[in-house]
Amino acid sequence: MSESKTMMERISESTRSLTTGVDSRDVEHWVTIYIMGRGYEVPADLTIMTAMEFAGYKLIRSCGCRQGFCGACATVFRREGQYKLESALACQTRVEDGMYLVQIPFSPAEAAYYDIESESYDYSVFSKHYPEVARCVSCNTCTKACPQDLEVMDYIQSAIKGDFESLAEQSFDCIQCGLCALRCPAEIVHYNVGHLGRRMFGRYGSPEPEHLKTRLAEMERGEFSSALDALVGASTKKLKELYAARVRESDE
Amino acid sequence: MTSEQTSTTHAALDAGSPKRTRLPYYPGCTLKTTGKGLEDSALAVAETLGMELVELPRWNCCGVVTSLTDDDLMRHIAPIRNMVRVQEMSDAGLVDDKRVVTLCSMCFNALKWSNARIGGNAEDLKSINDFMYLEEDYRGDSEVVHFLEILKELDPEAIARQVKVPLGNLNVAPYYGCTLLRPKSIGIDDPENPTIQRKFLETMGATVIDNSYKTVCCGSYQTVPDKYAVAELTHDILSHARSAGAEAVTTFCPLCAFNLDNRQREVLEKHPDFEPMPVFYFTQLMAVAFGLNAECCRFDLNHTDPRPLLRGKKLMKEDA
Ligand code: SF4
Ligand code: SF4
Ligand code: SF4
Ligand code: SF4
Ligand code: FES
Repeated sequence: MSESKTMMERISESTRSLTTGVDSRDVEHWVTIYIMGRGYEVPADLTIMTAMEFAGYKLIRSCGCRQGFCGACATVFRREGQYKLESALACQTRVEDGMYLVQIPFSPAEAAYYDIESESYDYSVFSKHYPEVARCVSCNTCTKACPQDLEVMDYIQSAIKGDFESLAEQSFDCIQCGLCALRCPAEIVHYNVGHLGRRMFGRYGSPEPEHLKTRLAEMERGEFSSALDALVGASTKKLKELYAARVRESDE
Repeated sequence: MTSEQTSTTHAALDAGSPKRTRLPYYPGCTLKTTGKGLEDSALAVAETLGMELVELPRWNCCGVVTSLTDDDLMRHIAPIRNMVRVQEMSDAGLVDDKRVVTLCSMCFNALKWSNARIGGNAEDLKSINDFMYLEEDYRGDSEVVHFLEILKELDPEAIARQVKVPLGNLNVAPYYGCTLLRPKSIGIDDPENPTIQRKFLETMGATVIDNSYKTVCCGSYQTVPDKYAVAELTHDILSHARSAGAEAVTTFCPLCAFNLDNRQREVLEKHPDFEPMPVFYFTQLMAVAFGLNAECCRFDLNHTDPRPLLRGKKLMKEDA
């Protein structure tokens, strides 16, 4: 490889968007998006998040796992010519031509502090910590806003009915992005209600798993202490050897 | 429901009723929590009378208090969404009746009033249907009824036949409150002098005590900001029933029940001479008269325990 070619490569590298790694010359399809009111030409196959980075934004908020799990990248947008205000996860949604985008860094909401051991396992736990749930008008706006496609209204209704099991089931995939709460006319903070409900169900509603009880007892008896101490005391070299030699489920 | 399920549930019925009528049923939040005694006893009573109350799928809160303003359509979404569920259920042939049965008087009132208000106004119905675009359009033609109205349609003989433990020596004052009766266009009986509970209580063999406080408001949600104001109403309502000779009152409303029953604690604080009085859900007494398993009455949830009274009258076994 000649010296000059390496130089060319380095120049080309520098014109590439740093985080997205997209080279403009390779891009065939472009769309125009509007970030906080300003238009940008971006490659059509980027997600909202990578498109913003392509456009030169450095994301220090509204960005976390980049995998659709953390809920940090809540985004509100409108398509050109549409009245509807939509919402999505920036890391999971592809840009479309004419998207007007705004990032929601977080939704300011109060989370209750409580000692789960002293709460009663019935509806009153919601009326105590989140009495707003009673104001739900069943408009279903929360459901329409949810990027996880959860039946958000239904899980709030389950809270009102004191049905912990269906609340836990229906809200299980909530990633706490806060979009529902931002849209709710009754100022309900759905994800906190779901969180409280799932904790209560876990503590009081679901059976204690047998294997967990057995394993905890084993740990109490110190059955794993020596093995753990050996690992903690091991050299990096030894750890690497152990790691390479480990038995994976797929090897068995 | 599969035919297999149908035949097993039928087996539990007495020989007189060949097929159980399936009615759409709206429970309401309170009946799933503090008002369990109303729901469980009513479902058991309905079953004994050859009816199956089929709970609406995915029902939401009734909306509780009907909005009286002209332009506050938002408040009608909750009740109308429930009416969509009723429509879906009857269109799918899952029930034999198009009318949704309610037990809680407040749910009855909120659903029926909104249904009449929105169902009778094509423009508002369209606004609400447009807003709820994820649901099928509500046509506005499903009806809301109260359990008492369904009882009224039954053959009185069929009800009488189920009475195994006549309530002969029990003096009961039926209490109505507001939401079963007012406004007149929604109510199920004469708003000034209702009598619909009387007939059934008599069929149960009870001694029915009439008194003018049966339609006095229990104080409703004032119980939240001012429990002592409500306690005064409770005191008046129950004292009048007592002096007319009643040993207990009946109601269909979990909120009335809360105010008349649980607020007796505050009544006693202010009026130490007050003699506590059991407050029955109407269907709890029916279940007693039908000789059904006392478990369905959930008397454990009543504030003033009615069991000593029932046992004293030999209407309930000592160990039940
Ligand atoms: S329920 Fe609310 S917070 Fe949870 S994922 Fe859906 S929109 Fe986000
Ligand atoms: S947005 Fe709020 S008021 Fe509307 S259904 Fe959801 S929780 Fe209820
Ligand atoms: S009246 Fe009360 S309990 Fe009944 S559904 Fe409406 S809000 Fe819930
Ligand atoms: S629906 Fe929208 S415009 Fe109408 S009153 Fe509510 S917030 Fe205002
Ligand atoms: S960055 Fe975590 S969900 Fe999008």
